[in-house]
Amino acid sequence: MSFPTKLPAGDAPMVRFLDVTKRYGALTVLDSLNIDVAEGETVSIIGPSGSGKTTVLRMLMTLESVNDGVIYVEGNPLTHMERDGRLVPADRRHLRRMRSNIGMCFQHFNLFPHMTAIENCMEAPVHVLGMNKKDARERAEELLEMVGLKDKLDHHPSHLSGGQQQRVAIARALAMRPKIMLFDEVTSALDPEVIGEVTQVIRKLVREFRLTMLMVTHQMEFAKEISDRVCFFDRGKIVEQGPPGEIFGNARDPRLRQFLSAVLAAI
Amino acid sequence: MEWDWNFTFQIIPRLLPATLNTLIAAGLGYLIALVLGLALALAQRSRFRAVNAGVREFVEFVRSTPLLLQIYFVFYVGPQIGIWLSPWTSGMITIGIHYGAYLSEVYRGGIESVPKGQWEACTALNINPARTYFRIILPQAVPPAFSGMSNYLVGIFKDTPMLSVIGVAELMHTANAIGAESYRFLEPYTLVGVIFLLISLPTAAALRLLETGIRRALGMAG
Repeated sequence: MSFPTKLPAGDAPMVRFLDVTKRYGALTVLDSLNIDVAEGETVSIIGPSGSGKTTVLRMLMTLESVNDGVIYVEGNPLTHMERDGRLVPADRRHLRRMRSNIGMCFQHFNLFPHMTAIENCMEAPVHVLGMNKKDARERAEELLEMVGLKDKLDHHPSHLSGGQQQRVAIARALAMRPKIMLFDEVTSALDPEVIGEVTQVIRKLVREFRLTMLMVTHQMEFAKEISDRVCFFDRGKIVEQGPPGEIFGNARDPRLRQFLSAVLAAI
Repeated sequence: MEWDWNFTFQIIPRLLPATLNTLIAAGLGYLIALVLGLALALAQRSRFRAVNAGVREFVEFVRSTPLLLQIYFVFYVGPQIGIWLSPWTSGMITIGIHYGAYLSEVYRGGIESVPKGQWEACTALNINPARTYFRIILPQAVPPAFSGMSNYLVGIFKDTPMLSVIGVAELMHTANAIGAESYRFLEPYTLVGVIFLLISLPTAAALRLLETGIRRALGMAG
């Protein structure tokens, strides 16, 4: 099977997975996945654990390689690069260049524990983007203010609550000015009473930034509220997708219906 | 045989410069071992299989043979294959390599103790591999490895007497020389033991304090 070296301009979505397969040994985590995400779209991915949801984000962040298929970002191959008119697996340089468009927030925040909140947000802008320290600091302060942590600039992560750490992590990712933001179960490790402060920040992002967002979440209400589209994954495939009203109000697939009733019963 | 205080005071002035040599040997050897150990640890994580397999074998080999033998080997066998090194140079190289091999394991353990998420955050932020190691991973890898690292400083210090066999004028060598001249061994060897104790005990205590300080400075309580 041959894949195009570039998607036609004008028609190219922000993200396209084209027949992407991911296997760990004998286990197929993603099975010929096809999905498009338009620029500025907010897509939530839901589904039972082990369904491959997180793998979608991790592949897009280039934390995992693909076994088969190609991922495109803005029409250009991410997982591959062109050589002599053919696609070959991407080398490190290509990955470096391509992933500068993408930011990610993790379930366990992954803040740098030996740096303060503001240092966390300045490290990559200064040393990756080459911004000068003053500009990077201004930008980091702005972002930390935006996530409501203006008074915590000089705190180390160990002195911040989970919700505060996750908000620093969001600011840190935004400081790199990504076009695409990935949220991987960002509220799953949080105490219930601080989930709201993180979802509040994400709401703000949806409203104020023209970002393309992919979000893996177990919070159905939140997904319903902010998504343009919801994708239900099961066993490495998208079983059903559509606008949140349709997915949550009028699910057709029996597995989705079963999943939703199980999740809603748990609340 | 009775303890002779007069003799004791006579030989102290000879042992003091030797003490300085012992300290220099331990310090220099440790510095070499610290740098080499890091290089060996990083090489073992290289994505080139031949490199990390080769380095792993080398580390295993060095750790499985006695330091004393290695010292003899470098100093006496070296010249036979055309490598002439002074006692100091060959001593420092040997101790550096020997302890570098041990320290590489300590570094490795420290590096492996850093959560995978830290690497992933670095990838997501596009931080290059060198900076990922030196700015993000190692500052988190060293505090848990610190007590292992400082044990080897004391270890090197206590192993410096082995350098006496190739004629480095450190404490043991000097005590041997005094014994051979005067046929009195009690005082010089006792003094050497006392000097070692006087240095290693406070050093170990200071290192423990330093460890707490480093953890605190890096914002990692406990």
